Amino acid sequence: MALNENIKFDGKLDGVIETSGAAVQEKRAVIGSAVTIIVLALAVALPFLVQGFVVFQLTMVMVYAIAIMGLNILTGFNGQFSLGHSAFFAIGAYTAAILMDKFGVSYVWTLPLAGIIAFGAGFLFGLPALRLEPIYLALATFALAVATPQFLKLTPLEHWTGGVQGIVIIKPDAPFGLPLSQDQWLYLFTLAVGFLLYIAARNIITSRTGRAIQAIRDNPIAARAMGVNLRLYKTLTFGVSAFYTGVAGALAAIVVQFVAPDSYTLVLAVAFLVGMVIGGVGWLPGSLLGGAFILFVPNIAEEFSKGLSGAVYGVILLLIIYIAPSGAGGLLLKTVEYFGKWRK
Amino acid sequence: MELFLQLVLSGIANGAIYACVALAIVMIYQAIHHLNFAQGEMAMFSTFIAWQLMQWGMPFWAAFPLTIILSFIGGVVIERVVIKPIENAPVLTHVVVFIALFTIINSMAGFIWDFTIKPFPTPFGTAPVLGGGLLSAHQAGMIAVTLIMLVMLFVFFRYTSTGLAMRAAAANPASARLVGIRVGWMTALGWGMASAIGSVAGMLIAPVVFLEPNMMLTILLYGFAGAVLGGLTSPGGAVLGGVIVGIVENLAGAYIPVVGAELKLPIALLLIIAVLVVKPSGLMGRRTVQRV
Amino acid sequence: MSALLEVHNLKAGYGPIEVLHGIDFRLPLGGVATLLGANGAGKTTTLRALCGMVRASGDIMFEGKPIGGRSTEDIARLGVAHVPEGRGTFTQLTVEENLKLGAISRSDKRAVAEDMERCFSYFPILKQRITQQAGLLSGGEQQMLAVARGLMLRPRMMLLDEPSFGLAPLIVRELFQILATINRAEKVSMLIVEQNASLALELADEAYLLETGNIVLSGSAKEISADESIRQSYLGY
Repeated sequence: MALNENIKFDGKLDGVIETSGAAVQEKRAVIGSAVTIIVLALAVALPFLVQGFVVFQLTMVMVYAIAIMGLNILTGFNGQFSLGHSAFFAIGAYTAAILMDKFGVSYVWTLPLAGIIAFGAGFLFGLPALRLEPIYLALATFALAVATPQFLKLTPLEHWTGGVQGIVIIKPDAPFGLPLSQDQWLYLFTLAVGFLLYIAARNIITSRTGRAIQAIRDNPIAARAMGVNLRLYKTLTFGVSAFYTGVAGALAAIVVQFVAPDSYTLVLAVAFLVGMVIGGVGWLPGSLLGGAFILFVPNIAEEFSKGLSGAVYGVILLLIIYIAPSGAGGLLLKTVEYFGKWRK
Repeated sequence: MELFLQLVLSGIANGAIYACVALAIVMIYQAIHHLNFAQGEMAMFSTFIAWQLMQWGMPFWAAFPLTIILSFIGGVVIERVVIKPIENAPVLTHVVVFIALFTIINSMAGFIWDFTIKPFPTPFGTAPVLGGGLLSAHQAGMIAVTLIMLVMLFVFFRYTSTGLAMRAAAANPASARLVGIRVGWMTALGWGMASAIGSVAGMLIAPVVFLEPNMMLTILLYGFAGAVLGGLTSPGGAVLGGVIVGIVENLAGAYIPVVGAELKLPIALLLIIAVLVVKPSGLMGRRTVQRV
Repeated sequence: MSALLEVHNLKAGYGPIEVLHGIDFRLPLGGVATLLGANGAGKTTTLRALCGMVRASGDIMFEGKPIGGRSTEDIARLGVAHVPEGRGTFTQLTVEENLKLGAISRSDKRAVAEDMERCFSYFPILKQRITQQAGLLSGGEQQMLAVARGLMLRPRMMLLDEPSFGLAPLIVRELFQILATINRAEKVSMLIVEQNASLALELADEAYLLETGNIVLSGSAKEISADESIRQSYLGY
């Protein structure tokens, strides 16, 4: 295929950005940083401007955003489909809960530990998954999602998991006697963790490793021909993806103060998927929008009509998808293109 | 040993249900190369329509074909109105649209007809076909209808021009356009057929599992597992896969101690995954080789 | 000689990028025209624009009627067979099914059977492989299948996108000889896009050279291939 005719417009934004020259890229980087700083400043100010419950909700939006970032790394950048991320979320949540409840570990340390255990689970799951074609991988992850709540309810494990009732956790106070409410502190804590994870993900994606990961998504045969170790990268990506979602799960456990098997069903896995698509597959900042969508829209739907809340949710979802078939990220790309044409 | 035999036989009987759904899924996949899990909800909704028609006094053998026709039209309409706007969007967007369809249809069914279980009549009567309660008339009827549909669809796709055009449109829409096939309408036709097949499956299954908005989800999953196990390109494999899934489900439930009723589904699925790791294109699927 | 195809000020592109910057060319009735150019010149885009596969603007007149803006399948049904880049084979289907698909929009069923026999007379290897899965054919065989599928439409115009691509020289020669025969015997006018200039110029009546979206050279194929300075500076041989 001739070189300049081979440009993809299917929602994968990175390819298009890389075809621009260095000067344009630098300009984009400066604009990007400016936007990030503004958003960050607003984010830090928010918990002091709104009420306690809204702060809690906003914290959960960020938690979901981190989980969706994890899914995006696997599906958006590596092309592996997962309907089972609720499982890694649950692993992270229960790890944190058990560590805090049974071993008195401080909530801060539960995050990396939950992440590492989730990483292991993801890595181990990724190994046999290598042999499965996409549709079968979807089925396997689906089985994982369906199995998770049942697994958590198993009687032999009740001593650890608390069975059907789950585990209750004590909400931490702000450290060093800072004049912050618990909600405000957890919000800022989550914001910090989320931002760090976002930067880390950005760095991975733009590194050599990231390019290898994306090469596997775009053309696995060519990637292999160029020496990319498919097995290693695919399973590692699974692990990293699970790490992110596991950390999110741990944060969720702390913020909600509670873990129970029925919080981690297939519905959650589907929600992550929807959130990723709404935000833009392969566009990390979109994860925040995705998180906001899956937290707020079901509530909005229920206010519209109790009996038909599912239908309202579905209709809202459809309308947003029609306006932005490639998610918020795709919409942004189209707007940038449009204004680019205008200026010519 | 007796327990084993009983489990296997009742597994086969259940398997007939899954086989029916698996067949629908494979046929749909042949037509439109997509796996739409909202199809189960559409089948459920169609079954409710049949039920409603009978509540209004229509006899079964009038409601049955009318429901099939209405389902066909419904499928075409949904494709033209809901799916066409995103026809060029990436796969994941399609998945999300299917999810949206799922929630809409499920919610509407619950709203219109509520969530209480309703009995659904069987047209085959209740006399047993095989002695000792091994095979009831309805189960025999289910198997017969499934096989008839299988044959009809096979003939359609293999020997008719429209069937060939549909397969081409699903496999390679760009090339199909180049030979003059109106791909959009082929897809709409495919959806109509899928919807019609689904309605038949729903009306056959409802007498056994009772009619309620959530009746199709688990069955759809088992059916999907059966279709995948058999190899998505093989209708015969779909039927075989469905039956095997039924048997495995029963055996796993009885013989694996940890497995209670809740874990039956994931265990069955995971066993199927194990098969696929060994034989990636399913039991009877064709290994499709592509020149790079 | 009246023109079967007349194109004026054709612009086309992908997304925000314009690839063709307003080109003019024509295909004489019953003749062969070739569009030459290097990688990236816009040759494939031109054929796609003619078939409504990419967004395009300008005048495209086929048999005196405008076809710009019509859908790909409608244009095919007007008698335009496009043998695309990469062959566009239905790889999962058999050779026979591929050929049947070429004629699927036609209503004269008996003539279709005759046409299939004629295809086999041009490409005997296809008859040998008739029940095989098309994706397993070699490159040369798939190219023949692609041309045969185009023929099954009973087109009045055939568009061919780099038919020589990836084929051994002997096979290419054979293919071009068959194309010449088809052009004369079946009265199918052809627009051939090619990188292999020498072979295309032998077959064509008229030639156009495309360079990054503009036509920089046009004229009779004979004159262009005879002019050494043009050949050396533009066509590289």
